[in-house]
Amino acid sequence: MGKERAAVLGVGQTKYDTTYPGSMAGMLREAATNALEMSGKRWDDIDAVIMGKAPDFFEGVMMPEVYLAEALGCVGKPIMRVHTAGSVGGSTACVATSMIQSGVHETVLTIGWEKQSESNAMWALSLPQPFATSVNAGAGGYFSPIIRRYMMMTEAPELIGCMVALKDRKHALNNPYAHLHQPDLTFEQVVESPMLWDPIRYSETCPSSDGACAIVLGSEKVAEAHDGPVAWIKGIAMRSESGSFAGRNMVSPAASEACADDVFAQAGIHDRRKEIDAVEMYVPFSWYEPMWLESLGFAEKGQGWKMVEEGATSIDGGDLPVNCSGGVLSSNPIGASGMIRFGEAALQVMGLAGDHQVDGAKTAVGHAYGGAAQYYAMWVVGADK
Amino acid sequence: MADEVLTAPLVLEYPFTRTTGPVIGGFLTGLREGVIHGVRRSDGTVMCPPLEYDPITSAPLSELVAVGTVGTVTTWTWNGEPRAQQPFTQPFAWAMITLDGADTPMLHAVFVDSADDMATGMRVEVVWRDEREGHITDIAGFIPAVASTTGEPAAMPSDVEQVQSVRTPIRMEYTYTPGRALSQYLRAMKDKRILGDTCPETGEVSVPPRGVSSVAGKPTLPELVDLPDTGYIESFNITRVPIKMRPDLTPPYVSAWIVLDGASVGFMGLGMNVEPEDVRVGMRVRAVWKPDDELEMSAQNILGWEPTGEPDEVIADYALVGRIEQGDDQ
Repeated sequence: MGKERAAVLGVGQTKYDTTYPGSMAGMLREAATNALEMSGKRWDDIDAVIMGKAPDFFEGVMMPEVYLAEALGCVGKPIMRVHTAGSVGGSTACVATSMIQSGVHETVLTIGWEKQSESNAMWALSLPQPFATSVNAGAGGYFSPIIRRYMMMTEAPELIGCMVALKDRKHALNNPYAHLHQPDLTFEQVVESPMLWDPIRYSETCPSSDGACAIVLGSEKVAEAHDGPVAWIKGIAMRSESGSFAGRNMVSPAASEACADDVFAQAGIHDRRKEIDAVEMYVPFSWYEPMWLESLGFAEKGQGWKMVEEGATSIDGGDLPVNCSGGVLSSNPIGASGMIRFGEAALQVMGLAGDHQVDGAKTAVGHAYGGAAQYYAMWVVGADK
Repeated sequence: MADEVLTAPLVLEYPFTRTTGPVIGGFLTGLREGVIHGVRRSDGTVMCPPLEYDPITSAPLSELVAVGTVGTVTTWTWNGEPRAQQPFTQPFAWAMITLDGADTPMLHAVFVDSADDMATGMRVEVVWRDEREGHITDIAGFIPAVASTTGEPAAMPSDVEQVQSVRTPIRMEYTYTPGRALSQYLRAMKDKRILGDTCPETGEVSVPPRGVSSVAGKPTLPELVDLPDTGYIESFNITRVPIKMRPDLTPPYVSAWIVLDGASVGFMGLGMNVEPEDVRVGMRVRAVWKPDDELEMSAQNILGWEPTGEPDEVIADYALVGRIEQGDDQ
């Protein structure tokens, strides 16, 4: 293909919280400044800015890239917005990477964000439509029947989802940026939490967060000159499919499997569970961890829940730690959530994940999905070129 | 015309909240106190209204500077048909106004009787709203300046509470058109008929009809097919807590994927006349229709779905939707 190599030079985040205390522009600026600082780059070094956020109704700012150009040092430079619903943070990082792989740019800033405090995602996901009936409110009502399917199909024990929720909240304690810090949370509390969208408990859902995540990407030349660790991008992939059609596999959509097959082939990964050291996976409802473990090929069909039960996905002794940052279950600034997965995967192979570092992580995966489980984005990053 | 597409008004509105940050918050705090501020740029010039970051250098800006309440029109246009939420209900001018002490203009409304009263270079002065709250609408608009008005900035009172956030309601009015296939479906609904359309390649039936097959990427067959109002529950959700956005639905309630007999794709429907605990995957259901004299061209004619009492469907592969007779084709 003749692609240029690309690498992550810096990752910047804001503290995820219910309300970011400043403006939207200020929030993005903070994340971008943090990413620049890690990358050793200055605003003048950035060739282009590629940004992404959830649908406009989530915050009511139309064409935010116009309003945010000054805050992101982008006056007189190309700026582009990517839009793939909840997976947008991942897709945005993929598009930004392709800007370097194609040889168009040398150094690119990419950023995803959401300020859920300014809006109500539940409203934005439940817009009325004439002539139609609607019985749902929010994403949980849509995903709950699919999770019910998974539970029936695999005969997984009923509390697997609770185990995922507790694991991710414990992981979050080691990530200062995570929104939810619940040091005293017990398994009993997770189990006893009220059913919201049965079979999904309140404790098995993600919070509403404000926050931004930015990544500075560089070409091989730029990365070689960088004084510090980088994460080499071994593969990027995106796929999509219609949200409803005859024969659609809702539990493991074909687009999800195709995205995984593509990205692992690019990265030369054969035994996914063995060769991958850390996964940052988009899990907004706890049961999606075992579902994606199967769909992405880390487990055989019907076996994903066993990895959860065995503790294989825990940073404490698991062979495939998943969401060491605490994941979407601990922080969900929607438009940033995919970018956080990609950024956290990069931090793992750079050895810069701090207290949630997987010892010796060499190869990691970032993953995001969005819409009615329609849009997929993944990357594989490695410590070695 | 039978194949005429339907239309309906659709209004979307929401009061978004904006966290302002110190620069915009300081500007809005000033408005509440009757003082207009600009922000000093790195080159010393004053930008009004202020921005948080320098439009040329991207440097963060923080020094607010009070400017005058009188300014000069640098260019303008006439707005003969004001719309809702614009500053005046009668025709007015949109003008770029550079306030005294500022180096950049702000866009605002000038209230005059006709375009003949407008001119580039004319002097205008601010008209404040009677009740000010720290919002951009605290400035009602501008009028031609009276010669005696100096427009010197008023002194900013000290120790006032800073504006931290503002409400910015949005409202959008659409004309919604469901399209030709869905219009046919909605018309048939008035006669308690449920129509679907057929993929030209696989023969699979979608309901509601879409006019195009997502699988084949081709138009569906022109003849729509009638489907019975019976089917089965493919999977379901039980909402157990009140959802603020849906006060019309009282928990616990069941939202179920319904697959009609003869259809290949499910859709969401409300479970009725059954306890949530008794709902099962595979349960046979039939539509509960509105009374005949209340039927409209709307999917809302079906109030929900109730059990028929027949034996459950046996679903071979729980992962697949709407293909109970076919194996795993993954």
